[in-house]
Amino acid sequence: MPRIGTDEWVEQQELRTEYYTGLTAPARRAFDRVGPGPRFLTFLAICALFPFLTDSPFLIRVGVNVLLFALLALGLNIVVGWAGLLDLGYVAFYGFGAYMYAWVSSGQFDIHLPTELAIPLVVTASALLGLLLGLPSWRLVGDYLAITTLFFAQIFVELALNLDRLQLPWMDEPLDLTGGPNGIPGIDRMDILGIELPGVRDYFFLLLIVFALVVIGLYYVNESRTGRGWRASREDPLAAELMTTPVNRLKLLAFAMGAAIAGLSGSIFAAVQTGVFPQNFEVVLLIMIYAALILGGAGSISGAILGAIIVASVPEILRTPENARFLFYAAAIAVLVATVRPWQRLAVVVAAVVAFGAVLYQLVALAWPVGVEGELTGGRFSGLLESWMVIPAENQELIGNIAFVLLVASVLTLTLLRGDARLMLLVPTLYLASFVWENRLIAQPSVTRQLLFGAILVAMMTRRPHGLLGTPRVENPV
Amino acid sequence: MAALLELRKVSKSFGGLDVISRLDLHLEEGEIVSVIGPNGAGKTTLFNLVTGIYAPDGGDILFDGKSIVGMEPHRIAKLGIARTFQTLRLFLNMTVKENVMAATYGNTKARVWQSALRTPFARREERQVDALAEEKLSFFGKRLIGYRMQQPAYSLSYANRRRLEIARATGASPRVLLLDEPAAGMNPVETHEITELIARLRDRGGYTILVIEHDMHVVEGISDRVVALDHGEKIAEGSFEHVATDARVVEAYLGAKAVREGEAAE
Repeated sequence: MPRIGTDEWVEQQELRTEYYTGLTAPARRAFDRVGPGPRFLTFLAICALFPFLTDSPFLIRVGVNVLLFALLALGLNIVVGWAGLLDLGYVAFYGFGAYMYAWVSSGQFDIHLPTELAIPLVVTASALLGLLLGLPSWRLVGDYLAITTLFFAQIFVELALNLDRLQLPWMDEPLDLTGGPNGIPGIDRMDILGIELPGVRDYFFLLLIVFALVVIGLYYVNESRTGRGWRASREDPLAAELMTTPVNRLKLLAFAMGAAIAGLSGSIFAAVQTGVFPQNFEVVLLIMIYAALILGGAGSISGAILGAIIVASVPEILRTPENARFLFYAAAIAVLVATVRPWQRLAVVVAAVVAFGAVLYQLVALAWPVGVEGELTGGRFSGLLESWMVIPAENQELIGNIAFVLLVASVLTLTLLRGDARLMLLVPTLYLASFVWENRLIAQPSVTRQLLFGAILVAMMTRRPHGLLGTPRVENPV
Repeated sequence: MAALLELRKVSKSFGGLDVISRLDLHLEEGEIVSVIGPNGAGKTTLFNLVTGIYAPDGGDILFDGKSIVGMEPHRIAKLGIARTFQTLRLFLNMTVKENVMAATYGNTKARVWQSALRTPFARREERQVDALAEEKLSFFGKRLIGYRMQQPAYSLSYANRRRLEIARATGASPRVLLLDEPAAGMNPVETHEITELIARLRDRGGYTILVIEHDMHVVEGISDRVVALDHGEKIAEGSFEHVATDARVVEAYLGAKAVREGEAAE
């Protein structure tokens, strides 16, 4: 019976808070009760512990990448998530910051500014460049702005590649500005207030501090008149303008702040890598930053951070076959748990897949013994698969390829089927997927990595189109 | 007494079509003036000219004695002219309270760095904005306050969206409110409520109001003065009774033939 005085939204709100059931419910409710401040502090504390848990320079380098990605995603979030401007030139600011830092602290021009001076200089210059490149947003919106700014991103890479022989009329020798394809090597390590930063671990802590300050600052800006002004101009620029908001000025401010954060990350990146190269700033990176932001949820600070963690760390996790295998089966089971309900039906499907594999293995062993004599790629869990997975010792590649085509066909058929027929086909499809995985994909980590990563992204975005931590938005009907 | 808002021989045409031609209009402080006229008479264009969305081709628009022609719309709004839209244009994905708070941008001063550092000034201003938004929302009784303030605007009913548009306009602390068909799409009870609300906005809020309205009951109930437009020209002006019985107004609404037939029937 509908209660008097509550409307649909309020009822849904109550549903939302009472939604949690099962074992994790108390933990999730407790998480909701804790404010954003303590949550963020806990997150920072975990991050700060990370370098003490591992000695591997590789892992700490991954941590540095995650933080750089998080900073970039946060900066992009200002422009795309809050101000609603599709800026595809964003990566140019990152590159500009890196090159600018290289100019003032390397042997390129023999300028070695102290870090305390170099960083503010780079950040200011990046912000000014942001103002300049933000100007088209006064006239262009949506797709048109996207194309124009994409041009800026492209031209940056071209300039970096070609400005090594800049002939100026008043100079006898051509000026080498960017080092061309070879980039600028030998960049000074940072030295902040007398504390030298010799190793990757030190940069991790520097980045963590910068990251914390940026997050806190952005959180407060988002809650302020500026944040509201950005969101209002995103929702309806004309209405915002008529409600005293200087929309054009706010657009430039968004561009400048995004560029400043990108430039700051760029300068730290240059120092960590002790060199800058044109291929560091290509459109692929831009797509990855966008993927992080959209995956996490554009417009949400925590979403940008979570997206950056996933996008920067998952490809690294997938580097080794064991991890990749673990993620593959974990992802398969997660998809099953999410889509096959109730759990009784899920149990039947899993049991059927296991039985299907065991029977098939015996049949193949009887009919064509060579078919099961192949070696499983080693690593964890390979023992579990031993008398389940068919691994041919001959023609493995050909059989694997045929299975791949069959897999695609059966997945497509799956989407057309409904009800029990779908469940029946699901069993061989799952086995086929594992077969293709074990026979073909796991042997080629570089390709597999991208395939699996792409699949994970597609699955996550399909489940939550508004991003993992984003809020669903309605479109303005105007 | 000088008029608060004054249009002098304002003209605007789109590709040879004169939408507003040599229009004179004035609005005294504390007045409620209704603009009526058939569809395409140029009523909304009049609002767009006053708020700076369009620049007039000729003539002058004075607010408080100073010309506002050529000013950016947000500056005009900051001077004290706020409006609502015939087709609702709320910030749908922002909360009800944020919608009103967003309209205070021009009247607040905290810089970005002050907000980022949460300086005492920024915090004080934020508290003021918060209180102002709640005050403006409470103008509508219990309809927009309480739990509703945290709802996203898209979750509101149609009538409440119309109310929120007015609340948002008052959030800009204007002297003149331009209301574009505030009663459009509302049922008779809600229409009656809007009529009372407009009177209350003038009496208690102290706003001078220019309103476009098709519902003649509303126009009759609220107007100090009525201006009738047709094809961008003012065809009548004065009290409701005077304008409603004016031959040219009746003709504009019903057509010359209908008027002649009506006379013949009498």
